[in-house]
Amino acid sequence: MLMELAFAIEVLIAGLLSGVMYSLVALGFVLIFKASGVFNFAQGAMVLFAALTFVRILEMGVNFWLAVAIALAVMILLAIIIERVMLRPLVAQPVIILFMATIGLNYFLEGLAQGIWDSQVHGLDIGIPDVPWMSVLESTNILISLFDVWSAVICGILVLLLAFFFQKGRIGRALRAVADDNQAAMSVGIPLQLIWAIVWAAAGLVALVAGTLWGQRLGVQFSISLVALKALPVLILGGFNSIAGAIIGGLIIGATEKLAEVYLGPIIGGGIESWSAYFIAMLFLIFRPQGLFGEEIIERV
Amino acid sequence: MLYRETGQFKTSYKGDMAIFTIRQDRWALIAVLVFVVIGVPLIASQHVIAGYLVPFLIWSLAAIGLNILTGYTGQLSLGHGAFMAVGAYSAYNLAARVPELPIILVFLLAGLIAAVFGILVGSPSLRIKGFYLAVATLAAQFFVEWVFATYPWFVGGAASMVIDTPPMDIFGYRISSHLDNYYLVAGFVVVGALFAKNLVRSEIGRAWMAIRDMDVAAEVIGIRPLYTKLSAFAVSSFYGGVAGALYAFCYVKSVDFTAFDLFVSLKVLFMVIIGGMGSILGCFLGAAFIVILPIVLNEIAHLFAGQVPSALLTNLEHMIFGGLIIFFLIVEPHGLARLWTTMKEKLRLWPFPH
Amino acid sequence: MTEQQAGSVVLSFDNVSISFGAVTALSGVSFEIQEHEIVAIIGPNGAGKTTALNVINGVYEPTGGTISYKGEVRKRMRPHQAAVQGIARTFQNVALFKGMSTLDNIMTGRNLKMKSNLLMQGLYWGPAQREEIEHRQVVEQIIDFLEIESVRKTTVGRLPFGLQKRVELGRALAAEPEILLLDEPMAGMNLEEKQDMCRFILDVNDDLGTTIVLIEHDMSVVMDISDRVIVLDYGRKISEGSPDVVRGDQKVIDAYLGVTH
Repeated sequence: MLMELAFAIEVLIAGLLSGVMYSLVALGFVLIFKASGVFNFAQGAMVLFAALTFVRILEMGVNFWLAVAIALAVMILLAIIIERVMLRPLVAQPVIILFMATIGLNYFLEGLAQGIWDSQVHGLDIGIPDVPWMSVLESTNILISLFDVWSAVICGILVLLLAFFFQKGRIGRALRAVADDNQAAMSVGIPLQLIWAIVWAAAGLVALVAGTLWGQRLGVQFSISLVALKALPVLILGGFNSIAGAIIGGLIIGATEKLAEVYLGPIIGGGIESWSAYFIAMLFLIFRPQGLFGEEIIERV
Repeated sequence: MLYRETGQFKTSYKGDMAIFTIRQDRWALIAVLVFVVIGVPLIASQHVIAGYLVPFLIWSLAAIGLNILTGYTGQLSLGHGAFMAVGAYSAYNLAARVPELPIILVFLLAGLIAAVFGILVGSPSLRIKGFYLAVATLAAQFFVEWVFATYPWFVGGAASMVIDTPPMDIFGYRISSHLDNYYLVAGFVVVGALFAKNLVRSEIGRAWMAIRDMDVAAEVIGIRPLYTKLSAFAVSSFYGGVAGALYAFCYVKSVDFTAFDLFVSLKVLFMVIIGGMGSILGCFLGAAFIVILPIVLNEIAHLFAGQVPSALLTNLEHMIFGGLIIFFLIVEPHGLARLWTTMKEKLRLWPFPH
Repeated sequence: MTEQQAGSVVLSFDNVSISFGAVTALSGVSFEIQEHEIVAIIGPNGAGKTTALNVINGVYEPTGGTISYKGEVRKRMRPHQAAVQGIARTFQNVALFKGMSTLDNIMTGRNLKMKSNLLMQGLYWGPAQREEIEHRQVVEQIIDFLEIESVRKTTVGRLPFGLQKRVELGRALAAEPEILLLDEPMAGMNLEEKQDMCRFILDVNDDLGTTIVLIEHDMSVVMDISDRVIVLDYGRKISEGSPDVVRGDQKVIDAYLGVTH
């Protein structure tokens, strides 16, 4: 009995920890959505691009922190290019058009990333061992990976930093103005392009961190970009424009997905993690179409 | 000079509402049909027919389905592959378990089953809109993939989870050659395209577009949002299902769940966007583009660099797809179809500039 | 002034209130609309005029009071019900289907009268085709009446605002409604266009007997064409009666001048 409880707790904690990772990717989505009202389908490709760039630079023998700096610079550059080439011309279009453009961007970035850096799987080791947390294991018999814990800590710090940065101060206010109405924000002098570039760069940073952490977990390869699609259920749960929602949503999705995988999966055939998160989110949507923290959609006639 | 409308008066509403109101257009259509039926088999090699024309036609049909849902009704769907899969697997199971059924009926029934599934997927569409609905279609995509990957019943128990399709007979004639497959597919596509064209210029088509443009206003003038959205899902999935069945039976000759994954859904979406949302002609243009692009790329790469690794070509392909999507959305969201009509407008005046 | 004689009461508000959160849009509003009348609802901005219209055709649900339409008392009308029962309307900001042509937009107004099902439409055969042509004839009459033949195939999104308003009126007329709700039908029009619009409204009322409820800011229009005027301010009805009576009412003058009360 105690073994089963310990196991359940293990699964729960593993789920929560992976949930933190989901939160991080979801956060990238939320940032871009809050600022430009665009749902950036290409976030996954950005994760892949960031991770690939980073790992390949590392493989060339460059110093770790320098590699981080270079990868970050690349992502910022990418953000600026995206803003100029794609976002600016589409500023007046309905949001669904922008969304479809990000689908195109996704394809483009995937092709670019793998075209430049190749499509092999690359191992990545950033110095955090994937071993059990020995002190916890010894005292409570619960198996938690030290790597998961460190990832969660890193993600948590990043999430808090970003949340703080974007909620408070001038940038935060500018961000919210832009999120509400692009053209109105422009007309009061808010530098739209700069805000967008900042936000997409932040999303790029998030992509880099997520890509690195996941890269160590799964190896840096194409399937990383698919994991980002997992962030969608998180967003549905938490609302598309809420940072708190991304965090809490991520935790809930991570936990329920893991639990479903372990307890429900074997009953109906296994491998359900490709869609279980989505179903959980869908159920939620039926009862609350705007998610936990999302804004209610008001339609005026 | 050639493309003149003068002297062609429409003297009845019936004439004005015909699909091709200009005589030259009607001739063009007849020419195309003649070419499809007679010309192609004379000119094209078996390789071209089986390898390019058949898939082009099948993708066009799938694109028509998605265009109805996304282009005309404005409901973005990322799960069209799932409907194609449902169609393919339904067709296989019907053909294998009830061999007495004529194959055309099998395909139509497969389409109907896909339509029912489509209605299910679309049923939350009143409460859930926009992105959220797109995510719901994504859920359907993943779920369907998983179902067909997990339960061997759908492939008659085959452990490999892939099975060959049984041979097809029409009124005793066995479909065997590439040409046979071509005619079968072409038949479905021609009828399907005409049917779709009729739908979109009828009341239901207007209702679909009304929902797309402003669903609150549509409700106020009496259009029923649920019926309209669900009918869009149903018709869209029907076309997707038939296309999926044709894909399995007439093209790859097997049923394989990996053939209908997320990338297929996105591929068809790209066809719709590049070809032109809200245009039946656009479906054909988009499908042609996406089928031809890899070939063109290959040839160009050959010219420049001899043998190019296929991985690089695929990546280049992806970059071009993605880039073109963005390009079209910025420059001409109505896609190639709009470029086509603009060209025709100019042609009407040719050789005068305006 | 119209030639139609007002008939029996067709629509009435009984103590209707509606609030959105802390904002009270309508408070205890009661009035009656008689058949064949032209009634204008006027009042300063934010008085609740559009809200009243939205309550009539079911876009909003009142939080208090009842509406009675054609004798049936109800708490709320659903938009689809309203359309089926003969209420049509236009919107302040023109709710046309911007991606469709003028002709198609007005044809959508006929949708309630069209009976053929999906299959028949797809085949475009026999009954479906005949029906389409029949309705096209009706729509062409409306296009004729509203003098918009020249733009019948133009995509509505490209038309100037004044023409869009006319197309929207056409779409509402296509439903052959018993009550027409017009929300600022003259907004953004020049004098000539306003005169045309007045002419159309009066003709519709005279020839078809359609009851008309309109929101309008242009006082000369209101005085010219309406049989009765209802005045709202801050969500309450502050006056009602013939145009002359209302014009002279001190409460109305105060409301418009912004005198606090």
